[in-house]
Amino acid sequence: MRRLRPPAAVLAVTAALGLGALLVAASGADPLTAYGAIVTGALAWDTLPNTLNWAVPLVGMTLAAAVPLRGGMVNLGGDGQLVLGGLVAALVPLALPPAPGAFIIALAMLAAVFAAAAYAALAAWGEVRHGIPMLVLSLLLSYPMIGLASWLVGFPLRDHSSGLPQTVLIAASARLPELGAGIGGGALAMLLVAVLAVVADRRLVAGYALRMRGLNPRFAAYGGVRPGRQALAAMAISGGLAGLVGAILVLGAQFRFTDGALLSPGFTWSGLMAALLAGGEPAGAIAAALFFAVLQTGAFAMQRETAVPRVLAMILQAVVILLLAARHGLDRRQAGG
Amino acid sequence: MSGFVSPFLVHSAVQAITPLLLAALAGSLCAQAGVFNIALEGQILVGAFAAVAGSFHFAGAAAGVACGAAAATLFALILACGSTMLRGDAIVIGIGMNLLASGLTAYLLRQMFGVSGTFDDPRIIGLPALRIAALDRAPLAAAVFSGQTALTWLAWGVTALIGVGLFRTAPGLRLRGVGAEAGAAATLGVAVGRYRAATVLGAGALTGLAGAQLALGTISVFSEDMSAGRGWIAVVAVMLGRNNPLLAALACVLFGFADAVGLRLQSLGMASQLTDIAPYLVTLAALLLGRRPRQPA
Repeated sequence: MRRLRPPAAVLAVTAALGLGALLVAASGADPLTAYGAIVTGALAWDTLPNTLNWAVPLVGMTLAAAVPLRGGMVNLGGDGQLVLGGLVAALVPLALPPAPGAFIIALAMLAAVFAAAAYAALAAWGEVRHGIPMLVLSLLLSYPMIGLASWLVGFPLRDHSSGLPQTVLIAASARLPELGAGIGGGALAMLLVAVLAVVADRRLVAGYALRMRGLNPRFAAYGGVRPGRQALAAMAISGGLAGLVGAILVLGAQFRFTDGALLSPGFTWSGLMAALLAGGEPAGAIAAALFFAVLQTGAFAMQRETAVPRVLAMILQAVVILLLAARHGLDRRQAGG
Repeated sequence: MSGFVSPFLVHSAVQAITPLLLAALAGSLCAQAGVFNIALEGQILVGAFAAVAGSFHFAGAAAGVACGAAAATLFALILACGSTMLRGDAIVIGIGMNLLASGLTAYLLRQMFGVSGTFDDPRIIGLPALRIAALDRAPLAAAVFSGQTALTWLAWGVTALIGVGLFRTAPGLRLRGVGAEAGAAATLGVAVGRYRAATVLGAGALTGLAGAQLALGTISVFSEDMSAGRGWIAVVAVMLGRNNPLLAALACVLFGFADAVGLRLQSLGMASQLTDIAPYLVTLAALLLGRRPRQPA
């Protein structure tokens, strides 16, 4: 997967907005009003913190998808890894004896990251050791994890004082503190991760080796990269990032694991699309994720004000990817003569 | 144990197999033509939605099935053009199509029927179950053959047809040639792109039927993301069958029974969250047991 030049992405976004406008018009609403509601709903001064809080998990899941993608691999199991991370982060504070809040938060986040990393690495192990394609295996491992988590919070770990299948609330001291102005503490962690990802991609040997694998796996192997170990590492990092997102959402916003609450916003799939948009290049992927975050939070406002369903945002994202895939192909044909 | 494997279990297994089988046949055909189709999931969803919409609007199950097949074929046009004329990456296109299907059906559900989540209406006419009265005295045979929809019969008929067509006819040979060695096929005058596009479109129609069976077969509702991974299980069936549609059909039988066993366990009081996992666990186990020897990357 070659890195895309920005103009191609801009073109695809513009065309997708055009197609979306047609769809909105066809269902009897005014496209300009709808798009206007998206922009003001996401970028007005008082809604900005909201947009930023939505962007944090989305950027996280984008990086989770971008890391393997940079090496030409696809992790479709982000949902399962996200759920595992969230579940672990919700259970660790309940299981620990009373301790300083910072200690509990750190331990819960670490546990979530490592659990999800190990689970994701399982998919790489299946491909490396058993030749089962990672693409399919990662997704198939996701469903049982979601089902298992759903059963755990529905029965053995359920908070019986609430009507919903969810765990007991985490004590206030073990919650991620706010940075102020309604911005959650996860934003800081995600900023750090984002910087690390860009630096690793541009400056570290491991980042270079992964990029080479994406361009030509045989060249990378010839250059001394061990493909199996690299696949395991890339998937572990990817899963760890998804686990971190789960932990941030649970410790910073939801304060408990509620069945389905981590998955309903669809961060995994939006993140995968943002990563695809940039061909796995972290800086571009983060930019795409921020754009999608604006689109999605704005879509909530659009749904309130114009009765156009907010799933329009998801349609626009998918159309961008499809247009880019086609455009990408056109480029290749011209290059090939 | 004899109480466990009841005619009811067999009956629900045969029902569960049909959408998997139709999708796996579609996937196998595409794989034979050299297109890795992971958009099956989205195509099933589009088919299911259009089948329900068609059945609702035209007051007939047959119209619903026709709409489902037509819509999924139209939807498959994205992959047909994208992977041939435009030479896009089939995996990226597949991922995009699956997400587009999920978003588009949810959007249309709200705009056309004003509901979100599940669309349930008595005016959605389901597929009739074809009873065979002659089998009333043989419960097990009746469970397999009686009370199934026309689409189930069609699915197995198509399986046989594809088996013969792919391996015993000249167009079938050309199609396999296109997948195995596109350059050689082109040299012999086979229009590679046209064969591929036609296969992907035909596969789209089959997955549309799968969606119709899912939405109109046992229950007559549409719910968001009701394909629930069946397209991916079909992809696994294609892999296990090494692109051979007949072997993929065999894998579907296994997965269908896993589905039915899950339903049976649920009726015995096991939590649905756990029984829903059963097909995926069987799929994973089958992948591990049916793996190819390790290949160099």
